[in-house]
Order: sequence, then structure tokens, then C-alpha cells
Amino acid sequence: MNSNPQAKCECLDLSKLEPVFERYKEVVNGALIPVLQGAQDVYGYLPVPVLEAIAERLVVPISQVYGVVTFYAQFHLEPRGKHIVRTCQGTACHVRGASKILDALKGNLGVAPGKATDDLQFTLETVACIGACGLAPVMMVDQSTHGRLTPDAIPEILDKYRQ
Amino acid sequence: MSKNVTLTIDGQAVTVPAGISIWAAARKIGVHIPTLCHHFDIKPYAGCRVCVVEVAGARALAAACAFPVAEGMVVKTNTKKVREARKLVVELLLANHPKNCLTCDRSQNCELQELALEMGVHEVRFQGKKPNWPIDDSNPSIVRDQNKCVLCGRCVRVCSEKQTVNVYTFANRGFDSTVTPAFGKGLGKVKCTYCGQCSAICPTGAITVKDDTEKVMAAINDPDKVVIVQTAPAVRVALGELFGGEPGAVITSQMVGALKLMGFDRVLDTNFTADLTIMEEATEFLDRLKNGWDMPMITSCSPGWINFLELFYPELVKHHSSCKSPQQMFGALAKTYYAQEQKIDPKKIVSVSIMPCTAKKFEALRPEMRSSGYQDVDYVLTTRELGKLLKSSGIFFNDIPPAEYDPIMGKGTGAGTIFGNTGGVMEAALRTAYEVVTGKTLENVEFNTVRGMGGIREADIDLDGTQIRVAVAHGLGNARQVMEAIKRGNRNRWDFIEVMACPGGCIAGGGQPISKDINFRAKRIAGLYEDDRKLPLRKSHENPEIQAIYRDYLGEPGGHKSHKLLHTHLAKQDREIDAN
Repeated sequence: MNSNPQAKCECLDLSKLEPVFERYKEVVNGALIPVLQGAQDVYGYLPVPVLEAIAERLVVPISQVYGVVTFYAQFHLEPRGKHIVRTCQGTACHVRGASKILDALKGNLGVAPGKATDDLQFTLETVACIGACGLAPVMMVDQSTHGRLTPDAIPEILDKYRQ
Repeated sequence: MSKNVTLTIDGQAVTVPAGISIWAAARKIGVHIPTLCHHFDIKPYAGCRVCVVEVAGARALAAACAFPVAEGMVVKTNTKKVREARKLVVELLLANHPKNCLTCDRSQNCELQELALEMGVHEVRFQGKKPNWPIDDSNPSIVRDQNKCVLCGRCVRVCSEKQTVNVYTFANRGFDSTVTPAFGKGLGKVKCTYCGQCSAICPTGAITVKDDTEKVMAAINDPDKVVIVQTAPAVRVALGELFGGEPGAVITSQMVGALKLMGFDRVLDTNFTADLTIMEEATEFLDRLKNGWDMPMITSCSPGWINFLELFYPELVKHHSSCKSPQQMFGALAKTYYAQEQKIDPKKIVSVSIMPCTAKKFEALRPEMRSSGYQDVDYVLTTRELGKLLKSSGIFFNDIPPAEYDPIMGKGTGAGTIFGNTGGVMEAALRTAYEVVTGKTLENVEFNTVRGMGGIREADIDLDGTQIRVAVAHGLGNARQVMEAIKRGNRNRWDFIEVMACPGGCIAGGGQPISKDINFRAKRIAGLYEDDRKLPLRKSHENPEIQAIYRDYLGEPGGHKSHKLLHTHLAKQDREIDAN
């Protein structure tokens, strides 16, 4: 399922989980979600070995951990790019050509929505509306909003974030 | 909690214990509220909304399976609003169902199909997304067709609540919701015990048993093969249900007749090797008791349980008896002792077993189960598969003249027959152990203290001065508690423990007929005890065929030949989840 080589990275240091476990050690039941959030803060995403370590420590079945992780949009099973590109698919953006913007992003980054680029510079996501309909079509890169987009403008914007 | 409340259901007053559900209260006055996600074996979930009813004063329709009764409550189960809501729910469930009922394993035995019929759903106005999942046949016993999953969560709950194995989970959300093992892995790649309880509780054809019927028919039709079949104890009190019979009806002689008519060359009885298991296991137990080796000793013929032990408690395998299960003892002897006695070339023998169990399919494939020099048991059919095969063979089961098992390895005692229910192996072992230890005749063979349906039952047994303490557990959740108690130092001081993976024992195995009778376990167990009472011999060591095999072939229980053919070893199983 997990095609990204980073997911099986042997350099994964599980000892970094210890402070997270320590923080919630008093919680008898119900520590799973905060521990998952803490682990994601440490690793940027939730690799399988991390989930297995959490399941074992909290004595929660691994199937249940997987169920929780896939239920909440906030958890990620795959590595995330350094910059998160969220392109709007709301009604206003849609009528003003959001699909062409998405195509341009997919073309430039070479990934489908929900995926990270191989160099882990960017993760591409779609969102239903970011509440800036006056600027449609619109996207956000990290915390910055980019409005009145055209497909031609995409490469230049992304290049500003590239290192 | 013992307080009663009185409520009105469809105009009828009913007094029931406080705390029970509307659904359960309605049953008491003969009102059937349809359900899909609800099942009497597990806790309510209220996910499917098929069981909705009107409760006076409530804002919305209530799910009867989970809604507790209250004093003075007024419930209506059959109003226009209720009927329309239920019908819509079923219609929506059908919108993304494959609807290839004609070729589905569960056709005519599918709860979704039945609901559609009951609700009078004549058309499905909606067309849902059909994801076209691949069939998962990576598990040796169970096949999953996720396309037919209605997300009722029964498999998730039975695997977690009853078995504490937790193979399944709900994953994702909304339209993307699925039931799946962790990381979307195949069912053969996770820590599944193959007990098959999920296949017996699934309302549709989403979880079925791997079908080996065609392989068996091919062997029967091969003139060069001698096809030998053995039938497990629990099959004889359940097979009849597939032909309209009551749970627990003992149909042994009809089954034997039907198997002969179908073309099996020899029809033999697993009860024979159940008796043999007792000889070996009782000997091993008394030996270990005397020497204090790895006590308590755990007896079990349940391969689902053995998988559980090897997967979750590998450090405790030393407590397990080294005896093979009756199926595998039979397999090892079929191609050695039986072949020799009956003058059949073992190469020509195809050994088939009819089992209540899905895990037996895996057990037969274990690499160590080749003591005869061949695969000891070639094919395992579950009771449900045998039912299918009989129907496709044009056999009117209820009209079959009774027939007897063929001689040698065809005779079993009452002790062998009760192997099929929880507590049975223990009782059978005690009947023999008593006489071996004391040298006296056991007058009352019925050990009532080990009988019943309590999840973990304990008893002190007096073998004429030798005190032993035994425990019986059934269902893997109960087995887990027993294992934890042993890990904590066996403070209960058990000497001898019987474990069955399935709640109720083999009579409710994953391969048994799917029953809607809430008392099906008790009825099948009563059937086996009745069979035991009616048999002329009720102690394994009195079986003349058992006496003959030790005299002519094996030597003595626990002897060299027995060890070669009838014993095995357990070891840690690894089925680690990896990232791929």
C-alpha cells in the first residue's frame, strides 16, 4: 500500500516516541488520538512501525489504530511534503476554472491530489472551499493565499517555494 | 437491574426486565423486528437502521436493537412511517450491492436478500458506486468479497468481542468506509486464527468459506483413487439443519448413507480418533501430573485455538499437549494402519474430512502433518460445504436409508462424540483417566461440573484420592483470560485445561450451518449428549477398535509408534504485518 521508500526508512528512530508516551502515561484509556497527534508532530506522518509501536504500548489492536488513523483527515500514513498546496474546488472556484488550475498543479508537481512529490518538497491537496471566493480560483501554499489564478501563473508561484 | 418495566408494543402490554432492548421485548410477544447489523451473539451497534420503530414522544425513529425499554413506553413497529423508512434503508443498501444473487454462495441464506423480500423491495431506484474490489483469497480458510459487504460490522465485533483477535476494523469514512484488516492487508497476512466465526455471522456473501467441493468430487470420480471420508462429532447434530431439520437432531446414519450414495469408498468416523486422542492425551496427562512437567496441561483439538496460542502466547506452547487433533490422527493412520489392514496402496488413498471447522483446512496443510509420508488429510470440507455437495449430487437427504460406518476406524464411543461440545474433551478424558488411575469402574460417567455454557468453568475432580483441578474455556476471549491467569502464575492451581476456539465448541464452529435459532448452541449440545447416552460404549478405552489398534499396530499409548504418528509440536507463528 505504501509505495514511498521513506515509509520503510531504516533510520526511523522509535525512541523519539518516548516523550510522547511520557506525556500521556497517566491516561488510562483514550490516549490514542493525542499520542497519534504527538507522533505525527515528531515524524511528519505516521509510518507503519510507529503505528505498531503505539498499538503495542497502548495495548490497542493494530486494526483499531489503523481504523482511527484512516477515519480522521488530520492523520497521514504517507510522508508529507515540506510545503502543502491546497487548491480550492468550491463552487466559485469551480465556475472560474479550478479544474484547469488543478491540472496545472498536477502537471507541474507530477503527483495526484493527496500525494507528496518524490523530493518531498510539496504535497498536493484539494479542499472544498477556503472561504476566499472573491479571489476565485484560489489556492493556498502553506499559510499564504494565491488568488485569481491562471494555469500559466502556477510554475512561477511554485518556484518561489522550491529550494 | 432486576427491576421490571411495562411498555406497550403495537397495542399490547408487555412486562420485561428493565434495560433490555425494544427488539428483545418485541420478541417476547411474537413481534419480529427485522435487523441486519444486529445479531443475538454480540452487542448492539445500531448502524444499519433496518430495525427502526416509532416511540411515542421521540423526535425520530429509534433503532430497536439498541434502544432500551422504559416504563410506560409506547412503541409502534408497523406504521406507514416505519415501513417506508425500513424499505428505504434496504433499497439504499441494495444500491451499491452487486446483486448477483443467483451465483452467490449465500443465495437463499442471505439476510439482505431476505430483508429485500420481507420489505417488498421490488425495485431499486438508486444506483450507487460499485468499487469492484478484488476477491481476497489469501487466507487458507476464508474468502472475502468486499463488494458484498454491507458494513454491518458483525465480523468486526465478533472478532473483537468474542474472540479478542481483532483482525477487522472499520477504515476510512463516508462513502469510502470499508471493513478491512489493518493497512488493507489480505486476510492471510494478518494474525487471523482461521476460526471462521466471521463467516458464520456475516449476513451476506461477503465472508465465505474456501470451497473445496470440486476437488473432492474430482477425487470421487477418479477410478484410481480410494476416497476415504471421516466425519467429525459436531457434524452429526447440525448437518440436518441444511435440509430443514431442527438444531441438535442426530442424523448420523442418514449422513453415512448419503456419503456412501455420493460415492465415497469408505465412510469412517472421527469419533474413533477422538477416542484415540483420549488414550494418548490421558496417558500424557497422567505422566505429566506425576512428574510435574509443564503443568497445567492444555488439551484441545481446536486448530483455531492452536493458532491463537502460537500467535499470541508462544511462550505458553509448552503447556499444550503434544497430541494431534482427531482429524490429524485419523489422517496419519488412514495412509498407514488403515492402508495396511485393508490392503490398499496408500498412494491411492485420498483422505477427506467433514468438519464443523474452517481452521481445519489450515491444519491439514501444516507441513508437519505428513507423518504418513503423504499429506495426511488431503481435503477438508466444512459442514456447509458438505450440504452444498449433497444438494448438487441430487440427494434427497431426508429420504436416505440409514447406514452404518465401515469397519475399522469407524467405531466411536460416547466419549468421542462429546468432543464436539465445550467440556466434552475434558469429560471424555476424565472417564478414561479415572479408570486408569484407580483401576476401578467408573459408575456415573457424566461429569456435570464440566458441562454447561459458562465461559470459563472450573471443577475439582477426585480420582479416588488423586485430586485434580480442571478448567474448561470456550471462545478465544475466555481462552485469553485463562492464558493471562497462567502467565500470572496459575493461582487457580489448574492441572488440566480444555480450550475450544469457538463459543460452545465445535458444534458452533465457523463451518457449521448458519442458524437463526437463538438457542442453537444449547440444542446441538443436547443432541451430542443424547448421542452419548444412547451409545452402548461411553468410555474411549472400551472401544474394541481402539483396543485392536494398540494390540495390532501402535503398541501402547504414548509409545514409539504413537509418538511418530499421533503427536506433534507447537511453535511460535509469525504473520507480522509489514508495510507492503
